[in-house]
Amino acid sequence: MPHDNATLEAVSIDQAEGNFSFPEAYDYDAGYGLTEQVIDYISDAKQEADWVRDFRKRALKVFLDKPMPTHWASKDLENIHFDNIRYYLAKGQRPTRSWDEVPDDVKQTFERLGIPEKERKYLAGVEAQFDSEAAYSNVKEELEKQGVIFVNSTEGLREHPEIFRKWFGKVIPTGDNKFSALNSAVFSGGSFIYVPPGVKVAHPLQAYFRINAENFGQFERTLIIVDEGAEVTYMEGCTAPKFETATLHSAVVELVAMKDAKIQYITVQNWSNNVFNLVTKRGLAHENAEIRWIDCNIGSRLTMKYPGVIMKGRKARGEVISIALANDGQHQDTGAKMIHAADETTSNVVSKSISVGTGRSTYRGQVHIPKHLKGCKNNTECDALLINTSSRTDTYPAITVRGNQHATQHEASVSQVSEDQIFYMQQRGLSEAEAMSLSVNGFVNDLVREFPMEYSVELKRLIDLEMEGSVG
Amino acid sequence: MPNPVAEIESTMPDRESASPAPRGEWFSHPPRHDEPANLPDWYLERRKECWHRFLETPEPVRTDEHWRFATLGNAKFEQLDTATAFPETEEIIAKTHRWGLKETAARFVFAGNRLVESEGAADLPQGVICLPIMEALAAHGDLVREHFMQEEARLGGAKFAALHGAATLSGIFVHVPRGVVIEKPIEVAHWAAGDQTAIFPHTLVVTEANASVTVLDWFRSATPEDRTLAVANVDIAAEDGSRAQYVAFQNWNDRSKHFHLNGTRVGRDARATSCFVNVGSAWSRNESVSRLTAPGADSRMLSSNLADGNQEFDQRTLQLHEAGHTTSDLLYKNALYDRSRTIFSGLIQVCPGAHHTDAYQKCRNLLGSDEAEANSMPGLEIDADQVKCSHGSTSGQISDEEIFYLRARGIAPRKARQMISQGFLNEAVEHLDGEELKAAIEQRFEERFAVLA
Repeated sequence: MPHDNATLEAVSIDQAEGNFSFPEAYDYDAGYGLTEQVIDYISDAKQEADWVRDFRKRALKVFLDKPMPTHWASKDLENIHFDNIRYYLAKGQRPTRSWDEVPDDVKQTFERLGIPEKERKYLAGVEAQFDSEAAYSNVKEELEKQGVIFVNSTEGLREHPEIFRKWFGKVIPTGDNKFSALNSAVFSGGSFIYVPPGVKVAHPLQAYFRINAENFGQFERTLIIVDEGAEVTYMEGCTAPKFETATLHSAVVELVAMKDAKIQYITVQNWSNNVFNLVTKRGLAHENAEIRWIDCNIGSRLTMKYPGVIMKGRKARGEVISIALANDGQHQDTGAKMIHAADETTSNVVSKSISVGTGRSTYRGQVHIPKHLKGCKNNTECDALLINTSSRTDTYPAITVRGNQHATQHEASVSQVSEDQIFYMQQRGLSEAEAMSLSVNGFVNDLVREFPMEYSVELKRLIDLEMEGSVG
Repeated sequence: MPNPVAEIESTMPDRESASPAPRGEWFSHPPRHDEPANLPDWYLERRKECWHRFLETPEPVRTDEHWRFATLGNAKFEQLDTATAFPETEEIIAKTHRWGLKETAARFVFAGNRLVESEGAADLPQGVICLPIMEALAAHGDLVREHFMQEEARLGGAKFAALHGAATLSGIFVHVPRGVVIEKPIEVAHWAAGDQTAIFPHTLVVTEANASVTVLDWFRSATPEDRTLAVANVDIAAEDGSRAQYVAFQNWNDRSKHFHLNGTRVGRDARATSCFVNVGSAWSRNESVSRLTAPGADSRMLSSNLADGNQEFDQRTLQLHEAGHTTSDLLYKNALYDRSRTIFSGLIQVCPGAHHTDAYQKCRNLLGSDEAEANSMPGLEIDADQVKCSHGSTSGQISDEEIFYLRARGIAPRKARQMISQGFLNEAVEHLDGEELKAAIEQRFEERFAVLA
């Protein structure tokens, strides 16, 4: 116990006041555990409006009240200790490390994937921000000219409430699930984007573009609103392994596509083996709008992610394209949710998963076509590939159709790499491992093509890397 | 290990009183009525256990995955009476003869829980045991014990299974010894009557090595208005190289409820076929588990359902591949009209080490009205390598082209729709063995379609 006078004085003042006060300069993090004080601390640090603070506090109550969804989800969720988590780290207080501290295997992976030199240090957590000023300033200028707003969540809610408040927390209500409530209580970071009517953003937007922003966080909050007839593609993550010490990642992503708008949201994530990645993603598509989720999940201890589209306007379209790779000790619990809420809406789900070693991949889907609608269509395909004898795969779709003017079809198959194929390739001089990689790449090839070019190249290399040591 | 049941026993008042339960109050008494005196001790003990389990098992709740999409109100236990004897059994017997198969190996008619007619059982090949289940328990206790309710209720119906286990049962025990082939089907008719009554039909089919048999259960209401509950259980044990086929045709009146549990165990190179046909009842739930226990085992799981009005048909299935080189093939078909609902939840589970499994699962829904609702949850859990597993589920309606084609040949649109729906339902039945059996079921479909608005 320190007995200097200053400390004693500070302590006695706090007790007399009967409440907490935090230092003006946000030099400290919010500590461990989740209480109302932590919420206040985050709100103070971000200088948020009262309605945001109230929103967070209501969310905290919902989070505390909701049970874990273990009646259908993995029991592994019980291993998350909410009291041992830091919910907010102020700027400049993020753990820093030097390049030497980055494990060799991570460095090696960067090398193998061909990650640009500049991005490596940032990805490894050595530099707080990726210095993107020079590279992307042209893009930024162009965006501003077009009237596109592209900011982080704090700025979005503070500077542009007239745009973002209307849809914030509307596509994914706080009480949607336990983890969306957690995010609503402690969110920070993420991107808020508004694209004005008719603007077609030429280049895919990435969180990299933003200067001085908290790009990655444990509790990112993203809201993208694309106005009538506008189009945008957003990309998050990258193929490089995220070197993370935090074990819980719980993001919320909301998309709003107004009439005739198009949104494409591309995710490529490669988490380290200790991460729980529990993400809620949903889009709202108005008349004739289109929302596509293109999702690639690799790594993590447990990923639970079911991107959804609510097709609210006539002729709206929703699509989920997903690739999951579960390696030893990993569980990829991914899927899609398609809610048809208007006539002539169509949705398409294509999911491919690969289980390597003791990895387990799960597809969980929901398709809902309520009554009094006409001409709705859904197509769902899920294919699983098992590499080793101890690999596991599950499929749990749920399809509800009311009325006789719709068509749905669902197909799933499970297979392995055929011995004939491997033998054939070995005949031509490939090693067994190379043959296996080629085969697996062939399995996901038609989906990989949906990704932007540089991603698909990296993705192929990543699959090669993951397949190493899985045969023989 | 301390026996938990014994402990409960000592602290609870004796609920095993033999006197018939007062009407409407069997919640406090197991559903029992007149039964053979010399029932074996193991069975009496087991029944006690089941009754306690029934009382202790909670009713299904919303968060129970096995009851997802189900209308939970249907699974609430109302005050019911055990079925009383029918006054007009002659009429029922006559109806059974008119309605049933022409060629049978044996026939049994149950009115409520009571056997009112049996014929042909004595003429079965030597060594075949074919008796009402309560008589079989009394006469062949040890043999029945080996197979009696050995399968766990894995799909959400534990409370129903416990109630079934605690009740006086109707239905039959069929045991076909090694190498004996019974060509013609054994037919059992279950009739129910009496408002707010319950019956507990039980069918246990055991085929020893290389034996073969077909059993058909009909379920029918004696009156159009009496609300009855049937909690039925069929267990099939197909031992090495044998063939066992079971068909249930459920056509209760539209105020009754039906719960049907099925546990099938298939041995080496054996084949078991189950087919559940539902056209009647207000609510019907089938829970069907097939365990493939040795290489070469083959299970076919079939179902055809015609739902109209406010009917709800709930189907839960499990294809459990415990050994490698096993095959299962499931085909469930639902034709829906009016405001009816169906729920199909099926799982193919391939256990670790069950390599070279070949499993298929298909659920197809034909929606014939704007208000009908079809829910499908086809599932896969694969824990082995070198497997071939796939499932498919479709929901759709009759295409205008098909109707146009038939109209062009002079068939009225309504008739054309009926023909297509009927053909759709027959597809599952087509996989059965036995021409007369298939024809009889198709005939019943036709009758049902004829009264469909």
